[in-house]
Amino acid sequence: MTILCALKRAHLCTNSLGMALQFEILARYKRARAAKLTLPHFTCQTPLFMPVGTQGTVKGLTSSQLEDAGCQIVLGNTYHLALRPGADLLEQLGGLHHFMNWSRALLTDSGGFQMVSLLHLADITEAGVTFQSPVDGTSMLLTPEESIHIQNKIGADIIMALDDVVKTTITGPRIEEAMYRTLRWIDRCIAAHSRPSEQNLFGIVQGGLDPHLRDVCCQGLVDRNLPGYAIGGLAGGEDKDSFWRVVAQCTAQLPEDKPRYVMGVGFPLDIVVCSALGADMYDCVYPTRTARFGTALIPEGMLKLKNADMATDVRPLDASCSCMVCKRYTRAYLHTLVTREAMGSQLISYHNVAYMMKLNNDLHKSILEGCFPQFVQGFLRMQFPKGNVPLWVCNAMEVAGIDISMCLSPEVASS
Amino acid sequence: MKVEDPRNLRSIGDSTSIRDIWDLPSSQIMKFSFSVRVWSKLDRARTGTLNLGTGKPLADTPCLLLTTRKGLPAFITPELLDEIYPAANLLQISPIHFLETPPTSLISGVGGIHLLVGLPEYGLAAFARDSLMCEANGQGTTKLGAAFETSGGRRLVGPSKYMELVNALKPDFWGSLPDEVPAWVSTKRNRMSVDRTLNWLDHCLSLHSVGAIFGTVVGGVDLELRMHSAQETAKRRVSGFSLGGFGLGESKEERAALLEVAIERLPAELPRHVSGLGMPEEVLEAVSAGCDILDSTYPHTLTTGGYAMTFPLSIQDEHDSEKLSIEECATLGSDSSKINLRSMSYRSDTSPLLKSCECHACCKYSRAYIHHLLNTHEMLAQTLLDIHNVTHYLRFFAAIREAISQNSFDQYKSWFVSRRR
Ligand SMILES: [Zn+2]
Ligand SMILES: [Zn+2]
Repeated sequence: MTILCALKRAHLCTNSLGMALQFEILARYKRARAAKLTLPHFTCQTPLFMPVGTQGTVKGLTSSQLEDAGCQIVLGNTYHLALRPGADLLEQLGGLHHFMNWSRALLTDSGGFQMVSLLHLADITEAGVTFQSPVDGTSMLLTPEESIHIQNKIGADIIMALDDVVKTTITGPRIEEAMYRTLRWIDRCIAAHSRPSEQNLFGIVQGGLDPHLRDVCCQGLVDRNLPGYAIGGLAGGEDKDSFWRVVAQCTAQLPEDKPRYVMGVGFPLDIVVCSALGADMYDCVYPTRTARFGTALIPEGMLKLKNADMATDVRPLDASCSCMVCKRYTRAYLHTLVTREAMGSQLISYHNVAYMMKLNNDLHKSILEGCFPQFVQGFLRMQFPKGNVPLWVCNAMEVAGIDISMCLSPEVASS
Repeated sequence: MKVEDPRNLRSIGDSTSIRDIWDLPSSQIMKFSFSVRVWSKLDRARTGTLNLGTGKPLADTPCLLLTTRKGLPAFITPELLDEIYPAANLLQISPIHFLETPPTSLISGVGGIHLLVGLPEYGLAAFARDSLMCEANGQGTTKLGAAFETSGGRRLVGPSKYMELVNALKPDFWGSLPDEVPAWVSTKRNRMSVDRTLNWLDHCLSLHSVGAIFGTVVGGVDLELRMHSAQETAKRRVSGFSLGGFGLGESKEERAALLEVAIERLPAELPRHVSGLGMPEEVLEAVSAGCDILDSTYPHTLTTGGYAMTFPLSIQDEHDSEKLSIEECATLGSDSSKINLRSMSYRSDTSPLLKSCECHACCKYSRAYIHHLLNTHEMLAQTLLDIHNVTHYLRFFAAIREAISQNSFDQYKSWFVSRRR
């Protein structure tokens, strides 16, 4: 096993000119792609969803449970890991993989987004992100170099460039400033990256909802020939029609032969739409967070286990799911657990992660088998049995070249 | 003892998609039974086998019943429970946990507690007392029923309600509803507790349809009443006995005498369960007195405190274990029987919780990682600690059985107690 991994790593280094990944598209349907993504620690299939393991653990699940659920890449948050247990300690203990006993792939974010969203006093200048230490209140600075330096120590398969994060709902010159700064910072990140043959640095496309700025940013990043690209600055409260248009624009402009990661996207419907538009990777805390509030993800949408009608429902969460939870438990029993016992949210988290993995596996398989439109249609029919598919989904699917007219009720179809 | 026809269970359970294990012809169905293999020569300790019937585990005694919350261990998901070795296949459930939801009709509809909690191949034993979630202290109990402090407030449960729950849950064995009182109550209250518990036993027997019934013996700290309770309970048609009212304020000396007078009056061939004696020394004491089935909140208590059990399980084990000086123990917040994973000293410790342990947590994770999980309030910390603590405690019970089999239980007990002092 270890020898195989080492061989694989050596192979990757020599074959892809300093890039530690291979991206092979196995099949396409119009813009959608099913690919094999070979990373130093694991060979993944896309479209793929990455559960968030903020502190080096995905909410209560062991690494063997994550494997059983089909997880391929787990996302770690650099900001949290740098605070506890600390980057130096992680390096000393053999990196995050070893620390959390996860032999498959990892991705770390840059830490910038977490700072801006969690700390009120974060301030962005050309040097980097200035913030107050949550430990002792002193002023600290996260530069692009420092972010990469920390991520090199953590040792994930994919690391993210530090970008200048702005809320998508903001407009005006700040968006433009952030986009150009992100481009300047990518060069500092590339220069600081000390392990390019073991870790893949992804650049992040910024530019808000402005097509021209997105265009400039895509072009600038593509010129740097990075191993993969992320579409950033979305999933922040922008309207859905703007959201999908940015994704569609970026996926059209980014190179065919590189993976595309839409950051922070995780509602099942969003993933289906983005995949139809040609995106490959996603991450979101949604499946585990919603589980803590007693909500299970099922093909029909959401199932609120706290609701009184669950008390007498003897069906499994999802009859089409083969996870441990669906094999063993009724909704009624989970209802009794969910309000009081931590085990309740743990079991629902387990199912929700398994559901997301299955959804992405189904996307992959349907593209491979040439029945992607049928899969999308089936998905939409389950989620919108009354045919009230949102307009933004209809618009996006038109661009994706997928006919969903049979999923729409006559009123929606004619409007 | 009546055994429910498995085909009836099946027809009730058909509406669910939960798998059933009731596919055997009735001729192959075995009943609950208990047999003693080795009797200790110097005390009343014994080792034997509890046979819960076809499709169920054979459990060697003395054995540990794991505590649960609403039927599942608090931190260990079922497929991780499956992996624990020695097998963690006996769980204690409390009917009181199921007072509110789900409705009893639903519980029996899905086929009982085993299928409800997704553990069809486990041995599930129902006893009213549960110090984790609800504690009976004798207060508020009337002739109509025992009072329990639950998360939903104080609830009065009489024998009819109790049997409605038991018959729906269909545990493999279960204890009759007791009126348990702490050590400090008056003789009058204590006598009432004995009479009531016998009354309720008769009531339970008259309503009982499934599983093996254990008659509950009470009597507080009164030797006469203990004797009387044991004698009278032994006259009933029961499959075993549950020694109630221990760990409720009696002294160590009182306890030994109370266990002795009660157990002397119980038929030797039937199994004895005791609740509330869960600390390692208490377990040894209870086993020495002749108890076969014990529950314990000790692993749970250590887990929630961030501790891992590290005490040696045998004299041989002791030589191999790490030696900590008194100073080290003080700074680590640990002692010779457990380590405190919250201590900063484990921050970069790559060793497992316990080198000689082969549990999931010890095989796959380091002390440093578990320290980090505790530090960041991640629930996986409790899952991993509990897997280790439960495994270690099950190994402790295995060591006890081994010592009894080798006729050296008395030595084992002396060694264990002396090194903990
Ligand atoms: Zn499931
Ligand atoms: Zn262990």
